[in-house]
Amino acid sequence: MIKAILIFNNHGKPRLIRFYQYFSEDMQQQIIRETFHLVSKRDDNVCNFLEGGSLIGGSDYKLIYRHYATLYFVFCVDSSESELGILDLIQVFVETLDKCFENVCELDLIFHMDKVHYILQEVVMGGMVLETNMNEIVAQVEVQNRMEKSEGGLSAAPARAVSAVKNMNLPEIPRNINIGDINIKVPSLSPF
Amino acid sequence: MSPSVPLQEMIRAIRSARTQCEERGVIQRECAAIRAQFRQTDNGGRSHNLAKLLYVHMLGYPAHFGQMECVRMIASPRYSEKRVGYLGAMMLLDEKQDASLLITNSIKNDLSHSNQYVQSLALCTLACMGSAEMCRDLAPEIDRLLRSSNSYIKKKAALCAVHIVRKVHELGELFVPSARSLLSEKNHGVLHGAVVLITELCERSPETLERFRKVSVPDLVQIMKGLVISGYSPDHDVAGVSDPFLQVRILRLLRILGRNNEAASDAMNDLLAQVATNTDSTKTVGNAVLYETVLSVLDIKSESGLRVLAVNILGRFLLNNDRNIRYIAMTSLQKIVSTDHNAVQRHRGTIVDCLKDQDASVKRRALELSLALVSASNIRSMMKELLIFLSSCPPELRAHAASGIFNAAERYAPSKRWHIDTILHVLTTAGGDVRDETVPNLIQLITNTSELHCYTVHKLYRALLTDISQQPLVQVACWCIGEYGDLLLKGECQETEAVQVTEDDVLDALEIVLQSHMSTPTTRGFALTATMKLSTRITDNVDRIRSIVSIYGSCIDVELQQRAVEYNALFKKYDHMRAAVLERMPVIQKNSLGQTNGELSEEPIKESQPGKVKQEEMALPQQPAGQNVYLTFHKLVCSTYLNQFKVFFMLLLASAPTVTVYEKNGVTLTLICERQSESGLTVTLTASNSTDSDISSFTLQAAVPKSVQLQMRAPSRDSLPAHGGAKLTQLVVLNNPNKVGLQNANRTVPTSLTSIKMS
Repeated sequence: MIKAILIFNNHGKPRLIRFYQYFSEDMQQQIIRETFHLVSKRDDNVCNFLEGGSLIGGSDYKLIYRHYATLYFVFCVDSSESELGILDLIQVFVETLDKCFENVCELDLIFHMDKVHYILQEVVMGGMVLETNMNEIVAQVEVQNRMEKSEGGLSAAPARAVSAVKNMNLPEIPRNINIGDINIKVPSLSPF
Repeated sequence: MSPSVPLQEMIRAIRSARTQCEERGVIQRECAAIRAQFRQTDNGGRSHNLAKLLYVHMLGYPAHFGQMECVRMIASPRYSEKRVGYLGAMMLLDEKQDASLLITNSIKNDLSHSNQYVQSLALCTLACMGSAEMCRDLAPEIDRLLRSSNSYIKKKAALCAVHIVRKVHELGELFVPSARSLLSEKNHGVLHGAVVLITELCERSPETLERFRKVSVPDLVQIMKGLVISGYSPDHDVAGVSDPFLQVRILRLLRILGRNNEAASDAMNDLLAQVATNTDSTKTVGNAVLYETVLSVLDIKSESGLRVLAVNILGRFLLNNDRNIRYIAMTSLQKIVSTDHNAVQRHRGTIVDCLKDQDASVKRRALELSLALVSASNIRSMMKELLIFLSSCPPELRAHAASGIFNAAERYAPSKRWHIDTILHVLTTAGGDVRDETVPNLIQLITNTSELHCYTVHKLYRALLTDISQQPLVQVACWCIGEYGDLLLKGECQETEAVQVTEDDVLDALEIVLQSHMSTPTTRGFALTATMKLSTRITDNVDRIRSIVSIYGSCIDVELQQRAVEYNALFKKYDHMRAAVLERMPVIQKNSLGQTNGELSEEPIKESQPGKVKQEEMALPQQPAGQNVYLTFHKLVCSTYLNQFKVFFMLLLASAPTVTVYEKNGVTLTLICERQSESGLTVTLTASNSTDSDISSFTLQAAVPKSVQLQMRAPSRDSLPAHGGAKLTQLVVLNNPNKVGLQNANRTVPTSLTSIKMS
């Protein structure tokens, strides 16, 4: 069983946290800090498995993590999960995020935290692996997103319009139209 | 109240805050706005607010006021609101909160919703935070969904069922039929869920295991064959292996079904061999499947050819360059080391090499495995490697390594001298991390090897001179110098080179320990007692010892002060007893709990002259009339916490009926314990004499730890006539008001010299 899924950046700021077992808020933050502390000490060429810290559970749990550029993806699992399998699962999850967000980067995770949660919900449910086929996951997520959008309704329309205009990337209206040197031969007008 | 901004705006605002204080301010403002919005009934942007709250929650700020809002959102008919509502429920609610009861009804309704995505939301939430009551209520619904035709729902329902079974074990029965039928599905997601469900059911109940064993093994084998042999299928392919996740799951289930069962194992043999040979091991996924196959082969009753193949695969893993694979290989070798010991021994060289790896996780695995592989034949070479490892190992592994080395040394030591050398080596390298019992164990070992006393004390003295920071080492060294100081001063020793040590040197060394800041109070106690013991073993500097001891009579540490004062008294008033009290310790017998022999030592004192040096350890008592036979527990008190006192005390506190604690040379002493109250105990001591001559002036003494009160009544007589003519009885009342356990009693033993003469 997967006990927790944590994504945080190189400075320890959490980008996504999902616990499949109840911990109080204080405990959650403490676990994040401790996990970051353990994982950030690791070199890049050592193995991806860490015997877990003392907070998140006894001797049965280990941390399986992957480091992608600025983000650490950490899965805390117990002995009933295959370690190499979880490593592959992290890979599948990241590739799914990539497909859903088009070249995903850390900012996408920051600003669309809820969407990342929904994608994760299709992969892992209740601490167990649900679906590992990337195309299937992406398809389901897209259907759900479409459903949500279509539900917008009239009340949300003005707000959507406003935000659409705000987000529209209008190119700057040029003050000076400089089309370079063009010799426009103006034909001389014949006198009446 | 300003209208709250959408999620992205808020995130931008939080990120632009430059200090923690600024961030807190932004978040507080936002939370206030959100709370106000929650109080309004109709609001277009409700889902945004909850999403913002969840973001704030992730950063660590309190978000409990959103719980009721979650409940309301879940009940809303709009999909977007339901979605966020359920997400909020999973993050903020748990079964301990009251609000979670309120969503049960919503979940129930949503489970029969027409939209499959709404159903899936409900299933997901139930699987994440469903309490036992909720599970009981909704289990029939889940069972119905397991039979639906929608594979998306079926796979989610399967995992939900797993959660239900985990919460309420009895409901497992309900899901067995549906689980069986799910195995004939084509959809891999559903199959995966079904296999997980069956695994959970089998692990919970042996009867279910039996049923599935009979029925499902052929099906599973069929599915696996399909996966392994079939060609490339783009849907499920991961780097060339067809749905490795499903393969791994099925292999695990096969392992559980085939354990301890010949028939099932036979059915799987071919399949496992096929998987083992066909899977491509160049990528991680292939290795994952191979690894699982190996574990399954080794766990079921497979044929020997297959086992050899499996161990070879593990050996290959061990030599792989990828550290992950090596870690995995060692983990699996750990699992089989108890059953296939010889097979693992073949790879000992590689494992010992991994001890030198840079990676801390690999080191940890290698340490565990090396400790498991130590045996009588390879003890010397393994110990060399382990000691090298100990000197360079990361601090978190030190304690484990040290205790592992001690256990191994104890079990397989080829010679006593080697054993003592090894322990000394460990104490010098990792002395700070060893466990507390090491010190008394080591002392016991040293006293038991009487031929090596000279060698040991010389080595310890030299170690003490180099380094006094490792407390266990210092304690053992002080104890030995105190006990065997005379051997140290004699100078010659067969085993090591001779070094002239003067009395001043020895006292200097002990004084340094006494005064050093690095010494703990326990160590100081050891050093003081050792100094005192030397007073009977050296000739010239007794005055120096007296002055040292008297200085500590006004020490701030109460323990040391008490000791010093009592030792002073030993110098002054009880000088005639000093030699007797400070004599050599007898051989300590290793005892286990339940032994009745109280390990009492008997020391006849022929002529107690103060200052006389007693060289012999335990002389046989002679029994002419007029001898005082001291059954002294003094000796025990002079030494460190020892097992014998533990046993004796255990006897006292455990109200054993009648115990013969001493039977030597015709003198028998028995104890009868009776529990009077919760903390009180009456002990009747009965002594009898079966020799030919009378024993007169027979006195019994006893000492107890500080937390126990002792009261002696007068004995019935003070002489023991011959041939068991009459018995001497004495009543002792013990009171243990603090109900001090044995462990604690142990620790307070080396404190008082309180001995109360029973006469």
